[in-house]
Amino acid sequence: MTTTPTRRPTYYEEIRQKGYSRRDFMKFCSIIGAYMGLEATGVAQVANALQKNTRVPVIWLHFQECTCCSESFIRSSHPIVADILLDKISLDYTETLMAASGHQAEAAKAKTMKDYHGEYILCVEGSVPTKDDGVYCCIGGKSAIQVLEEAAEGAKAIIAWGSCACNGCVQAAHPNPTTATPIHKLVSGKPIIKVPGCPPIGEVMAGVIIHMITFGRLPELDRVGRPKAFYSKRVHDTCYRRPFYDAGLFVETFDDENAQKGYCLYKVGCKGPMTYNACGVTKWNNGTSYPIQSGHGCFGCSEENFWDNGPIYRQMANFPGFGIESNADEIGMVAAGATAVGIAAHAIATNFRKNKLISNVIAEGKDAEKEL
Amino acid sequence: MATHTATHKLRRVFVWELPVRFYHWLNALVIVALCATGYLIGNPPAFLSNAEASDQYLFGWIRFIHFVAAYLFFFNFLFRLYWGFVGNKYADWKNFIPTNRKFWQEMWEVIKIDIFLQKDKEHLSVGHNALAGFIYFLTFLAFLVQCITGFGLYASMSDWWFADMFVWVSGIFGGEFGLRNWHHAAMWFFIIFAMVHVYLVFYHDYVEGRGEISSMGGGWKFIEDEAFEKEKQRQNVEKTTHPRHRQLPYGGRRCWCAFCAAP
Repeated sequence: MTTTPTRRPTYYEEIRQKGYSRRDFMKFCSIIGAYMGLEATGVAQVANALQKNTRVPVIWLHFQECTCCSESFIRSSHPIVADILLDKISLDYTETLMAASGHQAEAAKAKTMKDYHGEYILCVEGSVPTKDDGVYCCIGGKSAIQVLEEAAEGAKAIIAWGSCACNGCVQAAHPNPTTATPIHKLVSGKPIIKVPGCPPIGEVMAGVIIHMITFGRLPELDRVGRPKAFYSKRVHDTCYRRPFYDAGLFVETFDDENAQKGYCLYKVGCKGPMTYNACGVTKWNNGTSYPIQSGHGCFGCSEENFWDNGPIYRQMANFPGFGIESNADEIGMVAAGATAVGIAAHAIATNFRKNKLISNVIAEGKDAEKEL
Repeated sequence: MATHTATHKLRRVFVWELPVRFYHWLNALVIVALCATGYLIGNPPAFLSNAEASDQYLFGWIRFIHFVAAYLFFFNFLFRLYWGFVGNKYADWKNFIPTNRKFWQEMWEVIKIDIFLQKDKEHLSVGHNALAGFIYFLTFLAFLVQCITGFGLYASMSDWWFADMFVWVSGIFGGEFGLRNWHHAAMWFFIIFAMVHVYLVFYHDYVEGRGEISSMGGGWKFIEDEAFEKEKQRQNVEKTTHPRHRQLPYGGRRCWCAFCAAP
């Protein structure tokens, strides 16, 4: 079966076909431009790119994950994100949303990989198990590693959606029974954008894709490969409860008066001070709220290894190698106590063992005192 | 009436130069400040008041003190490293790094005499004894760890290029969760070190009676005449037996070889 290559419609054409007005389209461009942190003129660039560029082919792979990243994506603030970016870009292949199934679906993927070799964007949701030859996650008769390696080979760039793909998330938490491995440790030689979070914010995901469409290149990444536009600040830095932190006004328990007053959640385990994400600015569900705003501390879902850095409701993490529920302070206090006991024992022993020396010094001094 | 075996004539030895003493006390002050504020940052008590948040900056001040003390600590530490190359023989870097067998032998002797309390024996060291010197070397490594992890945490809050040089640190620790935890845990090393350090100063003063405690005030230690002569002889033997010393312009004080490193 051969299909004649027809001119693919541009994003704008698809948007209009879906029944959106030009006004809706421009509103979308403004919103997404603002999220990406572009200045006003950047909005025109976004609109321009979406009108001129044809759809970038995308293969969206799902491995060990819960699909919360896709769920988050389709809930971004503007319907165009779901209608066009997800429906259309993922048309080529995505297990959870495509209409095709079985051999048809695999054939569609193979065709995209062949026709758009070196052009398509590979989106990966989920971690890849590597233990026992990767038998813990198989799709269409292939292990996740094989599927990833095949798809990565011809990809222009790879987007690692969510904490699973970026750092393993819950599957990689101790004891990591399937040796769940993040994408960047399995694929080399391809640009990889990490968009961590469990899930990442829908607008952030849309922003990353729109950036690539608009500017034809990867967004600027930080030292660990996350887009700077969204991950350069800690949740703490943009938190509206920050003044309470600086004042030293903290919630002590979730049902106390301080919680009602909306004080800082640091002492009930908020990990905002260690977590790099855009939650405080972009918020969730059309900008409605985010965890801290609804009275629960951030638990750092976009940070590496956050599951093993528990407990969630305490500020200090458990210390590795000392069993459950022992943080640095508890270990330190025990060590300091043991030291104090050791010092006391040494001091007592000194008086016996060095008796001669000590009494000589004392006697010499006392005799001199008397002589004077 | 108390009786004593011999009356000692004491020789005054200038051990700790003013910059060393200044370093020591500034270091002590900032470490106390850093531990206290650091502990509060990790475990803030409930300092509640009725004032509005806009009228208070208590936690902000605690953190501010921590950061100022951290900068003082770091530059004071750098200064001490520098002084290890230009200061007197008791401040010299060779007191801290075991470079020869004699160093290890002295360490073992100190362990036997002062830790395991060999009966009625004492060890004479005018400056640092070998064990103390080596432990200070370990504390210097801990200083380094604490500065690197601390500035690693501080980097994202700072616009200054100096702090920004440490942005790479959190990557090594798997993000700021781990970085923070290690920074906090390392504080306990300082606390335990301080406990042992203060105890041992009292121990030496008590057992040896050579002015160990006051030496960090005036810089003087007082050693018995015979001990002084013995020490002088020992140092002279070392100086004259090493062939390279004759070629060095300033009596070999700047010689870096392992032989001369003997304290």
